Amino acid sequence: MSTQIAPTHRFRQLFRGPLGVLLTLAYIGAITALLILEPRSLLWRLLLFTALALIYFIPQRPAVKVILSVLLLAIVVPTVGLRNPFLLEIGFQVAVFATLALGLNVVVGFAGLLDLGYIAFFAVGAYLWAFFGSQQLWHLNDPPGTFSIYPTFPLAAWWFWIFIPLAILAATATGILLGFPVLRLRGDYLAIVTLGFGEVIRVLANNLDKPINLTNGPQGITPIQRPPLPPFLTSPEVLATLSGWAGRPIGLNDVYGFFFYFMGLIVLIVTIIIARRLEHSKLGRSWTAIREDDVAAVAMGVPLRRTKLTAFAIGAAFSGAMGVLYASNRTFVSPETFSLTASISILVMVILGGLGSIPGVVLGAAVVTLLNIDILQTLSLLLSSLRQGNEVIPLLGVPWKNLPTQLDPARYQRFVFGLLLIFMMIFRPEGMVPAERARLELHESEEEFSPEVKLEGDAMPEEQPVD
Amino acid sequence: MSAMLELEKVTKRFGGLVAVNAVDLRFEKGSISSVIGPNGAGKTTIFNIITGIYRPDEGNVRFEGRSIVGKRPDQITELGLCRTFQNIRLFNNMTVLENILVGAHTRTPSTAWGAVLRTRHFKEAEEAARQEALQLLRFVGLPRGLGDQLARNLPYGQQRRVEIARALASKPRLLLLDEPTAGMNPQETESAMRLFRRLRDELGITVVLIEHDMKVVMGISERVSVIDYGQKIAEGTPEEVRKDQRVIEAYLGRSAMVETAAVERSRP
Repeated sequence: MSTQIAPTHRFRQLFRGPLGVLLTLAYIGAITALLILEPRSLLWRLLLFTALALIYFIPQRPAVKVILSVLLLAIVVPTVGLRNPFLLEIGFQVAVFATLALGLNVVVGFAGLLDLGYIAFFAVGAYLWAFFGSQQLWHLNDPPGTFSIYPTFPLAAWWFWIFIPLAILAATATGILLGFPVLRLRGDYLAIVTLGFGEVIRVLANNLDKPINLTNGPQGITPIQRPPLPPFLTSPEVLATLSGWAGRPIGLNDVYGFFFYFMGLIVLIVTIIIARRLEHSKLGRSWTAIREDDVAAVAMGVPLRRTKLTAFAIGAAFSGAMGVLYASNRTFVSPETFSLTASISILVMVILGGLGSIPGVVLGAAVVTLLNIDILQTLSLLLSSLRQGNEVIPLLGVPWKNLPTQLDPARYQRFVFGLLLIFMMIFRPEGMVPAERARLELHESEEEFSPEVKLEGDAMPEEQPVD
Repeated sequence: MSAMLELEKVTKRFGGLVAVNAVDLRFEKGSISSVIGPNGAGKTTIFNIITGIYRPDEGNVRFEGRSIVGKRPDQITELGLCRTFQNIRLFNNMTVLENILVGAHTRTPSTAWGAVLRTRHFKEAEEAARQEALQLLRFVGLPRGLGDQLARNLPYGQQRRVEIARALASKPRLLLLDEPTAGMNPQETESAMRLFRRLRDELGITVVLIEHDMKVVMGISERVSVIDYGQKIAEGTPEEVRKDQRVIEAYLGRSAMVETAAVERSRP
């Protein structure tokens, strides 16, 4: 039993009660001000992200946390996003990958089925809207690269809304399809088969440009339609007002930036709610049970087949919905987005954040995505701008100019992830925000035992009749 | 009395090895019976056949008059036949209460849709299952407060009891206990035996034990079947079995005779 109060604990105490709310608000306010002054600063951007983590960790009532999060996500981020649209883009990408990671978490974290081809379901959703929401239907007999863009589309843009549920259905069906042959497999064997499945989907996307041009091969499909925005949002007056606030011209693309940011957020929040509710239900318990011991689970009446299939299906459903959103946001899909490395980086998000832990997985997705598209890229840009000048590297005395381009941080993505994973596995194998179970499992010796548990069998109380 | 569970010429082979050879067994409704035999005699294999984990190569298994051969283990559990395991198989990283709730899987009417939408039906079903689980915890003699502990943190004797509570949650009419007192000290065994009797007397469950502890076998079972080398070599009341020459030779041996005699003397 430790009498010492951990420093993190003492830090949390600071944020108790109304004072804590004020402190949090002050923090958010300060960062907002800094971001408005310097919209392009990487540091302030990252601090804004920590504000959300702060809201999660402070000891406040859930209602207070929800209000603070809404304030941050629905007001502060869009406000700052007016000045720097990149922020909204990051927000959207984090939402996309957090949703994918949550879906994979159902399969790997809850049910314990290692799936290395998870990105395939995302691809199914993305390609579904890419095919019907672009002009690909008209080019079925044209070889890739030979056709030009027409002014009209086979399906109107509003079909986007229909294709979100359709993509959920399609991804679910694909999940079940994959589930059937792998039901008997466990562990490494399952991992290999799912890996193969993921590759099959990617290779199909790559090669289905002949005999009928369904996917346009490696060149990918473009342009994919974005859903129509309500006319009042895109009227010249509104755009002019927004431009006035932002201090820069706001166009249709910026409005779409807002749209996709909020759409991503909504899908993510719905996903979080569904995942949380399923976790604490009969189905969630069955998933954990088959992860723990499938023979005992089946002997207790848990149908193995159906339980595993629902894990695959529900995990896939999340990413199917996001696929449509993603294809529409990029207006472009190509097979390389759905490579094995994409599957693995989603797995990294899940493991980094905490296997089976919903807040952990969201945090993991945010960290990996920020590293991927923001931190490393920004450092690379910084380095290349230094390379333009004539300054000399301090201590080394070598001019920046002579630095080899191989040292570009953006090239070290995998290296950084690798290091991150190794350090996590050594120092915090249960993830950043561990699931309660995993924490207990991995740090058992540090746990306090309640006196009841210390009782030996013979000290057990007499049994009482059932009433 | 009618037969609750009947095995008819059940045979199971693993490669060249005949693990269970044309075994007939019959367990009466409302009885407590034991299956005994030396290690490797095929007792656990018989349990695995009954619960659907193995499919018999020949023969038939009838539960309440209906054949259950070919049914999946979860379907058999749903019919009202549940078991515990020789080497306790709790879900170690789930809490005690969650373990029992998994046992109640087939009796909890909540659906995934209900869980997502948090319908009233879902909440009521979950709460009912929770209350029932707490009651079962009490029934097997464990304190309520234990419900939130991880199963792995419990001492051995308590884990055995949780396993029984988990099996009871499936509302079985027949319960198979695979060496339920293995590794217990005399006091624990004594208390476990009382529990087994109460399963039958208070819940009306037909109980079948695989047991090594002769004190338990002779003390609580009404009928004993002896398995050796995959074959049933004797059957009858404890007294009959104890006197059966084949059993004494094939299984009990001299030392066991002395042991059972000791048990005899210690009785009032």
